Amino acid sequence: MDFDLTEEQRLLKESLDRLIGDRYAFQQRKTYAQSPEGWSRELWAQYAGLGLLGLPFAEQYGGSAGGPVETMIAMEAFGGALALEPFLATVVLGGGFLRHGGTAEQCADLVPKIVDGSLTLAFAQTERHSRYDLADISTVAARDGAAWVLDGEKGVVLHGDTADKLIVTARVGGGRRDRDGVGVFIVDGKAAGVSRRGYPTQDGLRAAEIALAGVRVGPEGVLGEPGEGLPLVERVVGEAIAALCAEAVGAMAAMHELTVEYLKTRRQFGREIGSFQILQHRAVEMLIALEQARSMAMLGTMMASEVNAAERRNALSAAKVQIGRSGRLIGQQAIQLHGGIGMTMEYKVGHYFKRVTMIDSMFGDADFHLRELARRDGSPAAA
Amino acid sequence: MDLRFTAEELAFRDELRAFFRSSLPESIRDKLVANKGLAKDDIVTWQRILNKKGWAVANWPAEWGGTGWTPVQQHMFQEELQMTPAPQPLGFGVTMVGPVMIAFGSDEQKKRFLPRIANLDDWWCQGFSEPGAGSDLASLRTSAKRDGDHYVVNGQKTWTTLAQHADWIFCLVRTDPQAKKQEGISFLLIDMKTPGITVRPIVTIDGGREVNEVFFDDVDVPAENLVGEENKGWDYAKYLLGRERTGIARVGFSKERIRRIKELAAAEIAGDKPLIEDERFREKLAAVEVELKALEMTQLRVVAAERNRVGNKPDPASSILKIKGSEIQQATSELLLEIVGPYAMPYQPEHDEEERWNEPPIGPEWAGPIAPTYFNTRKVSIYGGTNEIQKNIIAKAILGL
Repeated sequence: MDFDLTEEQRLLKESLDRLIGDRYAFQQRKTYAQSPEGWSRELWAQYAGLGLLGLPFAEQYGGSAGGPVETMIAMEAFGGALALEPFLATVVLGGGFLRHGGTAEQCADLVPKIVDGSLTLAFAQTERHSRYDLADISTVAARDGAAWVLDGEKGVVLHGDTADKLIVTARVGGGRRDRDGVGVFIVDGKAAGVSRRGYPTQDGLRAAEIALAGVRVGPEGVLGEPGEGLPLVERVVGEAIAALCAEAVGAMAAMHELTVEYLKTRRQFGREIGSFQILQHRAVEMLIALEQARSMAMLGTMMASEVNAAERRNALSAAKVQIGRSGRLIGQQAIQLHGGIGMTMEYKVGHYFKRVTMIDSMFGDADFHLRELARRDGSPAAA
Repeated sequence: MDLRFTAEELAFRDELRAFFRSSLPESIRDKLVANKGLAKDDIVTWQRILNKKGWAVANWPAEWGGTGWTPVQQHMFQEELQMTPAPQPLGFGVTMVGPVMIAFGSDEQKKRFLPRIANLDDWWCQGFSEPGAGSDLASLRTSAKRDGDHYVVNGQKTWTTLAQHADWIFCLVRTDPQAKKQEGISFLLIDMKTPGITVRPIVTIDGGREVNEVFFDDVDVPAENLVGEENKGWDYAKYLLGRERTGIARVGFSKERIRRIKELAAAEIAGDKPLIEDERFREKLAAVEVELKALEMTQLRVVAAERNRVGNKPDPASSILKIKGSEIQQATSELLLEIVGPYAMPYQPEHDEEERWNEPPIGPEWAGPIAPTYFNTRKVSIYGGTNEIQKNIIAKAILGL
């Protein structure tokens, strides 16, 4: 048992920290956010140059065959930077579907383009009624010869406005919430019948509401066995949860650091406010929440590739519960301890607060996963 | 990063489990499972079994009987003891005064006391807190005046755990009343049979008798019982308090308690179904389990970091473990209280060894100790430095506030 990074992983972390130090100052981020796509193509190319976009992929496709730890390192750094680029959507989610569900042809066709930065993806899953239930899908895929025709509406598709291709879940059979009958399809973002309404999200990222009207998908766009797609979706969403936990830890650590720094510099009543015991204790409670979250993000990372699906699910649910609770405590207290300045759009801490709040509402919030654990009698798996 | 234990570590854990299972008297285990108090004999018996095996003072250097185990093995030992559940070797000797003697004591002290600590021939207790010196421990006033080849000790200690069993007490005493408060304190070893010592029990809210007041009235203590140098006692105390880095979170203990909670809640019918199937109860239980899992991971991070530690500076992260660990112990004691329901009410003082109640149990046979356990568990956020003091330590040592 060890929590150390390998030499290569340390180098990865250092080069990421350097890039972010150079290119992700708060003002720079603002510029990227205000660009038409809402993120930086130039930085995306630099990520590709550093090999970040190929981290989890097999070497035959140009990747570096990294594991969940490499993804964790990247996501934690992105969390600290409040990065806007579609790494989660393209590499973790889209890439995850190809790694776990793609044929050799699909991978050979698409993965090298992810790795070199020329292809972005988005995962179109949520529907107006589905909340966090991955099986709750009413978008329909009907067979038409060798092709499929998709009809339905998807919502809050992270980076769905700019993605070149969409990974879409749709029903090929069964009732609205059945585990059976789920298909997963690769849909071109510009395909006939796809209409997208892009918008900014609360945390400064981009998303889209997407309508699919008679969208034709050829056999090359079918991922896995239509009708048996749910385990694939769960597998990939599990990896996304682990990645989000790491991102949240990066954001929480930054909030905590900013807050402690503020306590040491802000003076009131003739002294640093950090000399007041009640504020010291609050800062310690934030630290405890941060360390508990970091521990669970590590557990989530290590369990994301666990083959026993029940153990994997329980560990990831437990991690998401901890992240949600810690994120809320740290975010709210970071604002409170900063006072008025914490409420302003021009100061960084509020942006972290918004990001961790939105992370909680992705793929199941703390209460959702707590209910899941309780329902499954899911003791978080033993290490 | 790899969270799995090695094959050797897993084999070691199996060895621990097998030994604990085969060697721990069933009667002792039963008492622990049922949250009942242990008699002195139970603790002595078990520590001697461990000592015979060579495991009573696992954390000590090999020359004094330690095992030379890695931090992971030490962690597993604590964890498996707690999960069995089995008593831990008596902490006042094994994790407190023993290591202080090893680090700062004279050769004579080491030879005289250490083997007897290992075998629990001497039962030690801790004389730190005083009525006027709780969280502000350095303001203690019990005095030791040098008079030729001995000290004369006067004053009062309090919250002295299990002093009623003790043969010896290690005390912080004031030897220089003029010095700054931390600098006039010495670390003294006192035989409890010395004339002038009076032990008076303090009954706690659970009805139990764990803690005592200890009075010193012109107590003569040979000067050779001073540990290290005069007026350096505060440093030794800090060393002692920072020593126990792992095990303090009592993760294994809480795991075992959650196992027990599930067992009891599955058997307890609430309305038309077992309490364990009540949604709200399950969610509360799941929330505690998540916290506990996170704590276990945090503890393992501290254990893993031990390898890279330089010197013997206390790890401030152990304060995090203490705070979170105590909160979880309290949360599980609340769940037990919820399970027992109205049968929390009958007062059945079987908890108290000396006034053992010989009536048949009222209500479920396991109900008696539940409410007292809840009451008693409030102590865990108070002893060993209150959680508020722990937060002061973290604010200063980790956050630099």
